[in-house]
Amino acid sequence: MSATAARPSDVLPGLGRKIGSLRRERRWALVTAYISLIIAAIFMLGPPLYMLLTSLKTSAEIADLSRSPWSISEITFSNYAQILGDPMFRGFFYNSIIVTVLVVAITMVISVLAAFALARMRFFGSQVLATGVFLTYLVPDTLLFIPLYQIVGGLGLLNSIWGLVLVYPTLTVPFCTWIMIGYFASIPKELDEAALIDGANWMQMLTKIFIPVALPGIIAATIFAFTVSWAAFVYPTAFITQPDSMPLTIGVVSQLIRGDTFAWGQLMAGALLAALPPVIVYAFLMDYYIAGLTAGATKG
Amino acid sequence: MPSDASAALAPGRAPASAARSSSLRRFARRRSTVAFLMTLPLIAVIGGLVAWPASYAIYLATLNRRMTAFIGLENFDILLENETFRGVIWQSCFFAITAVLLKALIGFWLAHMLHHIPSKGQRKWRGMLLVPWVIPPALSTLGWWWMFEPSYSSINWLLNAFGGPSIPWLGEPWWARISVIIVNVWYGAPFFMIMYLAALKSVPDQLYEAAAIDGATGWQGLVHVTLPMMRNIISITVLFSLIVTFANYDIVRVLTNGGPRDLTHVFASYAFQVGVLSGNIPRGAAVSLFMFPLLAVVAFFVLRGVNRRQKEMA
Amino acid sequence: MAQVTLRRIVKEYEGGVQAVKGIDLDIADHEFVVLVGPSGCGKSTTLRMIAGLEEISAGDIAIGGALVNDIPPRDRDIAMVFQNYALYPHMTVYDNMAFGLMLRKFPKAEIDRRVKEAARILDIGMLLDRKPKALSGGQRQRVAMGRAIVRDPKVFLFAEPLSNLDAKLRVQMRTEIKKVHQTVKTTTIYVTHDQVEAMTLADRVVVMNHGVIEQVGPPQELYHNPATKFVAGFIGSPAMNFIPCRLEQSGSALQVQLPGGAALPVPQDRTARYQAHLGRELLFGIRPEHLTEVRPNDHRENMAVLEAVPEVVEPMGMETLAHFWIEGAEICARLDPATPAAPGRKLPLAADMAKMHLIDPKTNKVL
Repeated sequence: MSATAARPSDVLPGLGRKIGSLRRERRWALVTAYISLIIAAIFMLGPPLYMLLTSLKTSAEIADLSRSPWSISEITFSNYAQILGDPMFRGFFYNSIIVTVLVVAITMVISVLAAFALARMRFFGSQVLATGVFLTYLVPDTLLFIPLYQIVGGLGLLNSIWGLVLVYPTLTVPFCTWIMIGYFASIPKELDEAALIDGANWMQMLTKIFIPVALPGIIAATIFAFTVSWAAFVYPTAFITQPDSMPLTIGVVSQLIRGDTFAWGQLMAGALLAALPPVIVYAFLMDYYIAGLTAGATKG
Repeated sequence: MPSDASAALAPGRAPASAARSSSLRRFARRRSTVAFLMTLPLIAVIGGLVAWPASYAIYLATLNRRMTAFIGLENFDILLENETFRGVIWQSCFFAITAVLLKALIGFWLAHMLHHIPSKGQRKWRGMLLVPWVIPPALSTLGWWWMFEPSYSSINWLLNAFGGPSIPWLGEPWWARISVIIVNVWYGAPFFMIMYLAALKSVPDQLYEAAAIDGATGWQGLVHVTLPMMRNIISITVLFSLIVTFANYDIVRVLTNGGPRDLTHVFASYAFQVGVLSGNIPRGAAVSLFMFPLLAVVAFFVLRGVNRRQKEMA
Repeated sequence: MAQVTLRRIVKEYEGGVQAVKGIDLDIADHEFVVLVGPSGCGKSTTLRMIAGLEEISAGDIAIGGALVNDIPPRDRDIAMVFQNYALYPHMTVYDNMAFGLMLRKFPKAEIDRRVKEAARILDIGMLLDRKPKALSGGQRQRVAMGRAIVRDPKVFLFAEPLSNLDAKLRVQMRTEIKKVHQTVKTTTIYVTHDQVEAMTLADRVVVMNHGVIEQVGPPQELYHNPATKFVAGFIGSPAMNFIPCRLEQSGSALQVQLPGGAALPVPQDRTARYQAHLGRELLFGIRPEHLTEVRPNDHRENMAVLEAVPEVVEPMGMETLAHFWIEGAEICARLDPATPAAPGRKLPLAADMAKMHLIDPKTNKVL
């Protein structure tokens, strides 16, 4: 009877110890993982949280050096009220929206048309052009802003949001075309053949088959174009010097910082409000956002 | 029609008859025309707003300050003799290499940790850790600037609370350089994490199981299975990030604006200062063109990596 | 009126590789023709050229009497069922079937009538609102056929439509396709690499190899009278046995001398046919089903006995396959499962010489 009462570890002591050590190893790995992630989260989320904290404080509390900057005694929304009441800030917002909406629309039309042609209609030079798209993506805006400054100036578009609408596509079109080529290329060839036999012409094939089937890719590319044109900084800094035509990024950085006494609360409130649209898009469409981010590497 | 049919029926004819090849060519040409029209806007953007400005920059860089005379390579000569600009070269390279290495290491570590926790929680953590990448960098750098602010620095307050000294983050050259790197790593590491996580997820589990049965420890699995499988993504991401970091502008502009004493300038911010703010367009164009050789080398390797990856996946 | 005519069709790819080397084929109205052959034989390329998805390098294709060489697929009045179904993933079953009619600007009521009718024929009425993702393989197959049926085209083209299904479903869908063809009677060209599919479905089978047609004919004819060694080996499963042999005189009759000493008498009625090849090295071909165990009191006409020592014995249930080797040629015999066959044990086999074939190894033609 003793055999039936014995626990497995009594019968096979060595085995029991092995299982125990494996489990312990796993647990340690998990603990290490969580500790790393917690530290990373503090580092990653600290600055935006501190910005939020500052934006909710009164100027007096911000200036009070005797208190911990990480605490807050009284939450106030006056900074937000003031910044939203500022017509100049609202003007920045308006400019950003106009420029971004137009650039996203232009980008998507250009990229989707070109990606469709490059992915499906082999023609003379199409391979070279596809490589060209990728190379263009590697050319940074900081290499081009000086000649573009001359060109935009020559067109009389300095200090105009139209100048931005003209040059922003250099930031968005190459990458969007690149990932759309990837998405379109992953659509099975039989699908367009079926459409061809069903009687679709090239345009119908694009609008009725490719765009709906590659919708996740379209969304990812749209998000990319949106975030890039919303966050663009080099071109507006170079081309826009009058507050009237400034979009949010350069507007907040250059116009809300004036003199030696900074209105820190208002500055942080303004920066957070300016960052809100991309953050909202990210919060609701995270999977598409990440798909677009990784598409460049995993598809290309 | 009948004549065409009988012509094709004639024995011993070359496969492509003249009549047919002309009509086929017409068909192919029509398709090419449609395709060309569809890519025309793209070609306009690449040609007119990238290729043309890039060559225009080369032309500009050979002019004198008032853009009235051709002076050859003099702008480059003057720059190379300039102490400040030599510092810019050094700082750009130091900044880019250090920041990219740190981003790659931290990103890899975090991706690995994320990959190891139960998949239920992964989404949540990933969502939180990617936040720095989502905020426009010019704006988040404002927050860092405020945290580095000499008299109100919340970071120094934390250091003091743990018994450490206050650090002159943006006032002292070396600390200023470190500050710029910290902010860039904060902004860019999440991107590396996401890329590596995607790569990790694409490694089939059976490979790890096979390696474990072959007697590999966790570390050996990492070295012999994970890293070789991810080699291409790692190199593409690193090379790509090298370009972007090397050409970075927003963080330096907002955080230090090149200071103290022009010691944290990188190519982009220096080109801006010389070209736009001081009004010496040709000299500024020359500064930004210094980025070109490095970009060309990196682009070559990226392209090679991408091609290799496409072949592997085909 | 929808016969299909191919005249000297050639497909040449860049670099001079010819996938199809000038084939002629006449397909009658209402006929069900199956193109069969190993992969790379040019059967799919031929189908795609008929569909207009592939340009022809030379020759002529006519559908319903009209030359279609340079006519785009949409104007050829054909419908096609693809191997992976190629259903539009973002459309419902109904919309998938209606798409082609919609593009052709059919009135709504007519589209609805046709889709409902096709759905009734294929028994997929309850699936009309679903998306392809929510369907099983067999259901997708039906929808793909439905998409072809609603168009009421001149010709149906099937490109290996059953290869992605499991064995059981394949048999079921095979019957289904045959039933649909008997209902709608549309001229059908069907491509497959599976000779069983070809045999069961076709009015006429076209066997292709290396870009040329080896033989065209009804299934039974291909089985009984293959024209070439390729057809003889390709049609039938397990495949026909080929044994090197020499044709010899034996009295007034002929006999097949096999390596290893066995001599099998050739039936009298073939003497005239084979006389010219007397003394030549030929290939003796016989199907496994015509190489059986010797039954007690078996006095079939034209039966020859062959001693064999099986090396591998495979019981299949309804029959047992025995494999043995004669001078490097693997031979398969189909035995009654009750036969006491075992590896290494001597087994007399009965060859039905009325079903024999002789093949010229130089031309690969069946004599």
